[in-house]
Amino acid sequence: MQQLTRLAGSEVTIEINAFVAGMIALGAVFSAYASEVFVSAFRAIPRGQYEGAYAIGLSPWLTMRLVILPQLIRLALPGLSNLWLILLKETSLVSVIGLADIVRQTGIAARVTKEAFLFFGIACLLYLILAVLSSFVLSAIERRVSLSGAVR
Amino acid sequence: MSLSQSAAQADDLPPPVEASKWTRARITGVVLLAIWALLGLGIVLFLVSSWNPELFRRYAPNYLSGLWVTVQIVVISTLAGAVLSVPIAIGRRSKNRIIAALAYAYVYFFRGTPLLAQTFLIYYGLGSFRPELQAIGLWGFFREAWYCAIFAFTLNTAAYQAEILRGAVESVGRGQWEAAAALGLSRFQTLRKIVLPQALLVALRSYGNEVILMIKGSAIVAIITVYDLMGETRRAYSRTFDFQTYIWAALIYLSLVEFLRIATDRMERRLTRHLRR
Repeated sequence: MQQLTRLAGSEVTIEINAFVAGMIALGAVFSAYASEVFVSAFRAIPRGQYEGAYAIGLSPWLTMRLVILPQLIRLALPGLSNLWLILLKETSLVSVIGLADIVRQTGIAARVTKEAFLFFGIACLLYLILAVLSSFVLSAIERRVSLSGAVR
Repeated sequence: MSLSQSAAQADDLPPPVEASKWTRARITGVVLLAIWALLGLGIVLFLVSSWNPELFRRYAPNYLSGLWVTVQIVVISTLAGAVLSVPIAIGRRSKNRIIAALAYAYVYFFRGTPLLAQTFLIYYGLGSFRPELQAIGLWGFFREAWYCAIFAFTLNTAAYQAEILRGAVESVGRGQWEAAAALGLSRFQTLRKIVLPQALLVALRSYGNEVILMIKGSAIVAIITVYDLMGETRRAYSRTFDFQTYIWAALIYLSLVEFLRIATDRMERRLTRHLRR
């Protein structure tokens, strides 16, 4: 993972800025994991759903939009929210290619004030707060999605 | 009679399979696949075209020593983390509220913050306590980046492994405990002979994943001046400005992870052969 960040960063910093490089690298990593989640979610939807949709005359596009995707979201959400939390932590790696994220700013502050433990502790707390907040939001979304459905 | 019967049968037969058509979805799929294949081919071609025996002879030993450092870090911290994870897992299951809360806080902290921030917290942060550490004679330990990295990784992986262990032990049914108690086995005997053998089978895959995560995470130590595989790669890149150094590192990490994945697969198949029909 990290070498991927470095990979994009070191090649690209010459032409485009570090933010885009970090975004591309993290996006590539995230898309690889997310595609796995989606594949397993697609596999969990029985063929009968497609056949039923075909039988009532839905086009492939409508089948996807009205029948498959609503179920897919419910199946994929736990995996995606997990990935979101992992991605949140992985963003700290962009500080290595010179982006001014939490870790980098903390490093600067620590070097200036010589209070490294305090500042890195605060950085860890910030990440924890972000994780707690996003897990609240994610579980709210999950509750919202699962409320509207029947028992599987 | 027989003629109409066979005609009726012919009606019942499924329609003949149509030759697959070049639908829009299929064309898109093939084009996308071709793009991926071209990208892969491009990397291979780049490696072949920029093959430089001089460079290889110069940096291959460095890469090997870096790989050895990476393996050492992963093995040591995974084993130490496994030992440390046992009391944490017990604490998570403890009935004592305070102990359970402490264990949960530990796990939550180490799973909720980035490994990079934890490593910095220990490597740079503990420097603030230099007088105190010197007083208890631990400064020599925390002065070295190598020990700091192993310490941080051990704490981190202990949190993850504690969760794996707890989940695996909880996956073993209550009936197993009760049956063992009925046979007059002590709690420790039950754990060692009945519960753990079943729990560890469940946990094997998760442990494999955790080791793989550790391998990928261990690249972080390059930032705190430990020359592991990533550190050697960065050094080689800073000397040659040759982009292929990173590709070689990626290939080495990839083969390491792939080797581990195959090994855990084999192990799981071998260990669960009594469960297959």
